[in-house]
Amino acid sequence: MSVDAFITETTVEGDDDGPLADRTVAIKDNISTAGVRTTCGSEMLADYVPPYDATVVERLKGAGATLVGKTNMDEFGMGTTTETSAFGPTRNPVDESRVPGGSSGGSAAAVAAGEADVALGSDTGGSVRCPAAFCGVVGIKPTYGLVSRYGLVAYANSLEQIGPLAPTVEEAAEVLEVIAGPDDRDATTREAGADADYASAADGDVEGLSVGVPTELIEGADERVVERFEATLDDLKAQGAETHEVSLPSVEHAVQAYYVIAMSEASSNLARFDGVRYGPETDAEGNWNETFARVREEGFGDEVKRRILLGTYALSAGYHDKYYAKAQDARAWLKRDFDEALAEADVLASPTMPVLPFELGESLDDPLQMYLADANTVPVNLANLPAISVPAGRADGLPVGFQLIGPAFGERDIVRAASAVEN
Amino acid sequence: MSETPVDPDEVRHTADLARIDLDEDEVERFTEQFSDVLSYFDTLDDVPEVDAEADLVNVMRADEVRDGLSQEEALGNAPETEDGYFKGPSVS
Repeated sequence: MSVDAFITETTVEGDDDGPLADRTVAIKDNISTAGVRTTCGSEMLADYVPPYDATVVERLKGAGATLVGKTNMDEFGMGTTTETSAFGPTRNPVDESRVPGGSSGGSAAAVAAGEADVALGSDTGGSVRCPAAFCGVVGIKPTYGLVSRYGLVAYANSLEQIGPLAPTVEEAAEVLEVIAGPDDRDATTREAGADADYASAADGDVEGLSVGVPTELIEGADERVVERFEATLDDLKAQGAETHEVSLPSVEHAVQAYYVIAMSEASSNLARFDGVRYGPETDAEGNWNETFARVREEGFGDEVKRRILLGTYALSAGYHDKYYAKAQDARAWLKRDFDEALAEADVLASPTMPVLPFELGESLDDPLQMYLADANTVPVNLANLPAISVPAGRADGLPVGFQLIGPAFGERDIVRAASAVEN
Repeated sequence: MSETPVDPDEVRHTADLARIDLDEDEVERFTEQFSDVLSYFDTLDDVPEVDAEADLVNVMRADEVRDGLSQEEALGNAPETEDGYFKGPSVS
């Protein structure tokens, strides 16, 4: 494969019939597939073969889709470039000297390169929308609780949702329709949104639609990105949408709150990787703790260790109130800000990423710089809202993503607005 | 610099709590990066306390017997097993 989108290529036929009967689907490698290696982009799970399917995979097969492979990703979903994979980086099909975005970079690249019709990714702080924007495809982060996380290898449970990537808004909505809905194996799924018809909302009709533009998410973005964003907004106005500025003062603290919460949850979730029930075989000797620590030293990459350690630190005695409790306050404040903004607008719009796709290797040495690139996507995960990234043309030959954010379970609204961006 | 300066011993202690061995290069690198990241986190001090109205309901299902993994499936990914059990290192 030319851009290294896949870690494992396979062919798993779905049912003969169903809405996705003629489609090929690529699955991010942190979503369990029975009998097919699922590595999370980590040495820790290099040989792990799940004995069961994730609910979303079961539903895709039931809808007739053919699985064509497991896609490359930042290790355990931790990254914004798909360079932290233990299996090497994926390249951006639009410009192979650049990253595809992360952490679902393999899924976005597979779709952009035509190596799969559609794909699944997971979005904890923007991991579906970021690579969709960088690769010039569509990605949807569903409302928290719309899609089952059963069989998704957990990174930060309170933030992550599985979402579709596709060449068009309508195709992404079709996949969402198949995977959405309650699941008795995931108690955080909700009845809301069950049996909703998302694809039919892609009718391009934005007459009278009210679009709020959070000023804080435009400031600081690359001017080439802002130019594409403004042009797209003008285009929506020409189609009958109305726009106005809104303010979300809390977003100034969103990135900090996101990383404190995500790292804290990661430090707990990744405690299961002790090398006993699965994991690499090592020649480590000593007692349980010593062996455990050696396996984790060998099995985890830098970014994963960094997040586990920072999360452990943030939750350790004396620091809980300073970091974790404050991050939860910031999260509550963000939710309130979004509620107020969405009371005066049907949807909110911003650039998906404030920057153009990075050169390969550009961001690896400075983790803090990479974390800041997530400024426009993480607020949505903290507020449990749905959002979509849709291509808004190119700047200097590189794709720019346009993000639309909706109220909880407002997927039809963002699908409709995004389909007008495609016009 | 951070209000929360981090020294190498603190990084080693945290790594010990998290059960991750670090070599000396990693300790040095993480010490520097932690100071950067934690000083960025310090800006959370400016966040006001916000009342969050919890919108929570209990989700229950019937406690019915269901098929689970077979013993063979459950052990399938373990590096070491013995007599149908996982085999781990000694506890002490």
